[in-house]
Parts: sequence; C-alpha cells; structure tokens
Amino acid sequence: MKTNIILLAFALYTSVSSAQKLKGSDTVLPLGQKEAESFMNKNKSAKVTVTGGGSGVGLAALVDGTTDIAMSSRKMKMAEKMKLQEEKKESKEVIIAYDALAVIVNPTNKVSQLTREQLEGIFTGEIKNWKEVGGDDLQIVVYSRESSSGTYEFFKEHVLNNKNYASSVLAMPATGSIIQSISQTKGAIGYVGLAYMEKQVKDVKVSYDNGKTFVGASMANAKNKTYPISRPLYYYYLTTSEKAVKLFVDFCLSTEGQKIVEQVGYVPLAK
Amino acid sequence: MKTFYKKFLEKFIEGLLMLSSTITTLTVVLIVFFLFKEGIGVFNKKPIEEGYVIAINKNNIVTKISSEQIKNIYDQKIKNWKEIGGKPDSIILFRLEDISNYYSDAAIGENFEGLPNCLSRLIDSVPNIIAFFPEKYLDKNFKGRQLEIDKVTLSEFFGGKEWFPTAQPAAQLGVMPLILGTLWVSLGAILLALPLGLAASVYMSEIASDKVRRIMKPLIELLAGIPSVVYGFFGLVIIVPLIQKTFNLPVGETALAGSIILGIMALPTIITISEDAMRNTPRAMKEASLALGASKWQTIYKVVIPYSISGITAGAILGIGRAIGETMAVLMVTGNAAVIPHSILEPVRTIPATIAAELGEAPNGGLHFQALFALGCILFLITLVINLTVEFISNRNKYNKH
Repeated sequence: MKTNIILLAFALYTSVSSAQKLKGSDTVLPLGQKEAESFMNKNKSAKVTVTGGGSGVGLAALVDGTTDIAMSSRKMKMAEKMKLQEEKKESKEVIIAYDALAVIVNPTNKVSQLTREQLEGIFTGEIKNWKEVGGDDLQIVVYSRESSSGTYEFFKEHVLNNKNYASSVLAMPATGSIIQSISQTKGAIGYVGLAYMEKQVKDVKVSYDNGKTFVGASMANAKNKTYPISRPLYYYYLTTSEKAVKLFVDFCLSTEGQKIVEQVGYVPLAK
Repeated sequence: MKTFYKKFLEKFIEGLLMLSSTITTLTVVLIVFFLFKEGIGVFNKKPIEEGYVIAINKNNIVTKISSEQIKNIYDQKIKNWKEIGGKPDSIILFRLEDISNYYSDAAIGENFEGLPNCLSRLIDSVPNIIAFFPEKYLDKNFKGRQLEIDKVTLSEFFGGKEWFPTAQPAAQLGVMPLILGTLWVSLGAILLALPLGLAASVYMSEIASDKVRRIMKPLIELLAGIPSVVYGFFGLVIIVPLIQKTFNLPVGETALAGSIILGIMALPTIITISEDAMRNTPRAMKEASLALGASKWQTIYKVVIPYSISGITAGAILGIGRAIGETMAVLMVTGNAAVIPHSILEPVRTIPATIAAELGEAPNGGLHFQALFALGCILFLITLVINLTVEFISNRNKYNKH
C-alpha cells in the first residue's frame, strides 16, 4: 500500500514536471525558444527543450515518438500523414503564428510593385530585364535562399505556382547575405522574412489579383491578412500526449505568448 | 628489474604508436569506403522521388520519358504531347494535391481508401493527363499506364548540364556545371596566387634582409590561420562590390571573386613551401655561381629557382588543393548559380559549396543525398590526383640529385 502511494506520487510528480521536447523548423526555432524561456520562467517546475533541424526532421521525430511537439513551417505532407496512420497515431495541428515574406529590390530600383505572375516570370527566368516590368533597361539578378531553407519551398509553392526556380538563380547561404547582396547590386531582387527587413533594401508591393490591388509587406497588412505572401507556422502533437503539452501550447496562444511572437518578428494570430 | 620495467615501457609505447597509426589508416580507409558506397548508390536510383510513379492514359502513345522532359512538363515549358513524341494534344498536369478538384472528400475516404480508385478513374477519363502520385495509390487494376523512367546513367550524371536535385517531380543531376565551376574558380585562384606567391618567396628568401623577413614571414603565416568564413565575409562586403563596379557587371558574385579570395587563401601555403625550398639551396652552389661572375639576379633564376623547382611546384599544387576543397568562403562570394560558366565574370557553383549548402535538407539515403556523396567522390578523386602529382614531382627530384 505504502509503495503504491509512493509510486502514484512519483507518477504524478513526473507528469507535472515532465520535460517537453520541441523539434523542427528552423524558422519556428527562435520563436519556440523564446516561448519556452518565458514558459519556464513562469512555471519553475517545467522543463522545455527546443531543437531545430527543419520541419521534416521535426515531423519525422513526432512519428518516431522522439519529440512531443513538432514545429513546422508547412502543413503536414501527405506522406507524413500516411506514416502516422501506419503507426496508428493521430496528430493535432495548432497554428501559433504567421510568417510573411517580403520581396525586396535595390533602393535605386524604380519598380515598386509587381504582380504574382511577374514574380513567377522573374524567378523562373522568363523575365530577364527590368524594362519588361516597367523599370530601367537593366538585367534582373535573382537571389534566393539555398534549397535547405524553409522559405525556398514556401516561395516556390505560393509565388511560383509550384514551378521550379531558374537554374541561373543565385543561391545565398543566409538571409543576411541576401540583404547585403541586394543592397549593393542594382538589378537585384530577392525575398526575406518580414522580420529581417532592413532599410538598405526596398520592399515591393505585390498583387495576387492581376494588378487590381497592390499590398505592401508590413506587419499591419500581414496581420489583417491582406498581404498575400504569408504562411502559418504550426505545432503538431499526438492526441495521446495532449494533456502533457496542453499547458505549453495554451501559453503560446495566450496574449502573453502572442506578444512574444511579435517580439521575435512574426505576425501574431488575429484575435 | 629496472631493465625489465624499461623494456616493458618501450614495448608498451611501441604498441601505442602502432595502434594510433593503425586507427588513423583505418579511419581514412573507412571514410573513403563509406563515401564511395553511398556515392555509387546514385546510379541505382530513378531520378524521380522514391515511391512515386508517373502515369498516363492508356491510349497515350508515349512510352518513355527522360527526367529533363518531366521537369519541363511540370514547369509548363513543354505544353504539348507532340513535343515528346505523342499525339498533338495539350498536356494536363496532375499532382496528388489536385485530387480535391476532381473528387469529393467522401469519394477519397477519410483514410484515403478510395484514392486508388479515384486516381485510376481520373486517369482513364482524361486522355491527355500526366499524373504524379505515390506508388501505393496505384489501383490493383489500374486503368492507366505507368511511364518508364531510366535509372540515372553515368553519361547523364557527368554530361548533364543542369544541377537541380530538388526539382519536382524529376531531379536533374548533371554535375558538369559544378565540376566546371570548381575547376574554373581554382584555376583563376592559382593564376592569381602563383606569380604573387613566387615573387614574394624569392624576395623573402634571397633579397630581404633578416629583419624584414622576421616581420614578414609570421604575418604571411598568419593569413593561413584566419577562418575561411572571415575571408568569405571580407569577400562579400569588399571584393564583390569592387568587381561589380570595376567591370560594370549586373552582379558582383562571380567566379573571379571566388578566385581572388581563394588566391589569398592559397598564398601562405605557396609562399611558405617555396621559400623553404629556395632557402635550402646549398650555399656552395650560390657562392659558386657568384664566384663565376654571375649577378645576383642571374644566380636567382639560373641556380636558386631550378634547384628548388620541385619545392615550388609542391607548394603551388598544395595551394590548388586547398583552393579546390575550400567551402565556406566560396559559398559566400560566388553566387552559387548552377550554370555552366562562359567567363570568369559569371556566377558559378562549386562542388564543396553544393555539398555544404544542400546536405542539411537532403533526406537521408535518398537520391539527392547519394548524389551529394557522389560529388564528394569526385572531389576526393580530384584531390587524390593532385596529391599523387606532388608525390611524383618530389620523387623525380630525388632521382635527379643522385
């Protein structure tokens, strides 16, 4: 009897202060870390560890059971859903914030707005000169991130209509180098996360309705959902572990958690 | 007792030394084995995503398709079946996500149990469709036809002009632009570094006073200790804009920028090794030359340089070796566009930069992963040839002396 009580107490203790693991997207990583930090400050007994590796890595870990929450910058793919099904597991999806991509050019560039079709033409290599989209007679130099970046896929899906990038696109290893290069190259165009926008580069207004309305990349426009190049950021967890992770997920969705979203540079959920 | 103890200690140390050299050799062999085992696997795979099929209507007369054609179809560059040997009809693209445009969720089923049937019916009803979907959704009595796709061939791999392993649905694995990019950048680097390095080493070994050399040599050797990412940063912020302005180019990230950075990085190797070789010229030979009335200059280029030529070559080749394998600095300044370069003023993508940039997201064991290992094999073979050349040259010199 006595041992049973001790066991029970032990079980309770471990379930309350159980360590939670978050793994996945490098885009969500800084947000997850900040959230975990504040969460642990509030709940002294909680222990949350956050690691990156990419959305695919996080979702694979969720299926294997090596993480409690998978952070993802994209929706779960068909193949991943099927894997979960094979293992007879069910997952739950929570949107915790939005991320917006700004299309940027050199500040000396006259062009200040582009339609999605024009962007597609530029990034797939069909439009090669700025004069074709109303600018100076200047060769377009396209910068993109390396294929290992989450933004690479996102931009391809949302802007290029799933077409492949032109092979002449310059692939940069980091967001910082894209900004550096675009600020010193006259004919340059590229994309960066809204959080990384800097004054050395100019953002371009985009239109997703064939040029009827053009929307600038700003936090306000991303918040009211008028800016089209934005994507949700997700947490995925198994329904069986819902109890364990609920406290942390609720914290991320709370007003306090959403304030952190804004601090990190992402777009908070609309209330 | 004391001698026994001493002997035992000697034996023990001997064993320890042998063990460490064995471990080192084994590690190297294992790495090479692993590299080639993974790399060769690429030729056993089809260039489309694993577990996926490409299917068409059974009345379509096209039977075979190359990965390049698949990519062009899905990029809508090929829009008509007649361009790839079919009947003239426009091509309708289908990806699995599009299924909801054709069938309701109820028909597909909550656990996708109705999906194979839907796919089969869809492909049967649309004569000009091309569909890309997972093999497991292939219906048992599938009414369409699967397109044949060849495995990656050697000629496709080495002769292909496009490197685009993340292209969907068919990966493009032509390493030609990468090999050319690597050689292009390294060649430029050596053309810049060799004259400069040689001049500096002649000056330091023959002309400079002791005092000057004692200041200069450590400074040059310091160059070798600077982390490559610092060189890359310097290149991106200083050299890239400079090249862009000087040559009035649309883009400054070029092979030339990479060559300059690599040239600077190869300098310490070239200078240190060739300077050492020149200073090893026997004093007697130099003095004999001077005694015969030769001037200082004549002595340098008739005696010192010929005597130390093997050391100079070794320095140059080791310098190239460093340039070819360098990753981070090049990744930052060459622009990394995988196109075949026509001049030194165009962006290039090198092999090491490709491996470093892409390995992070390549699924373990997949086609892309193995293709990167195959690239590693190519790089390994290039540096192996370079090392053998060094060995050959220094051996040849030994025979000459005797």
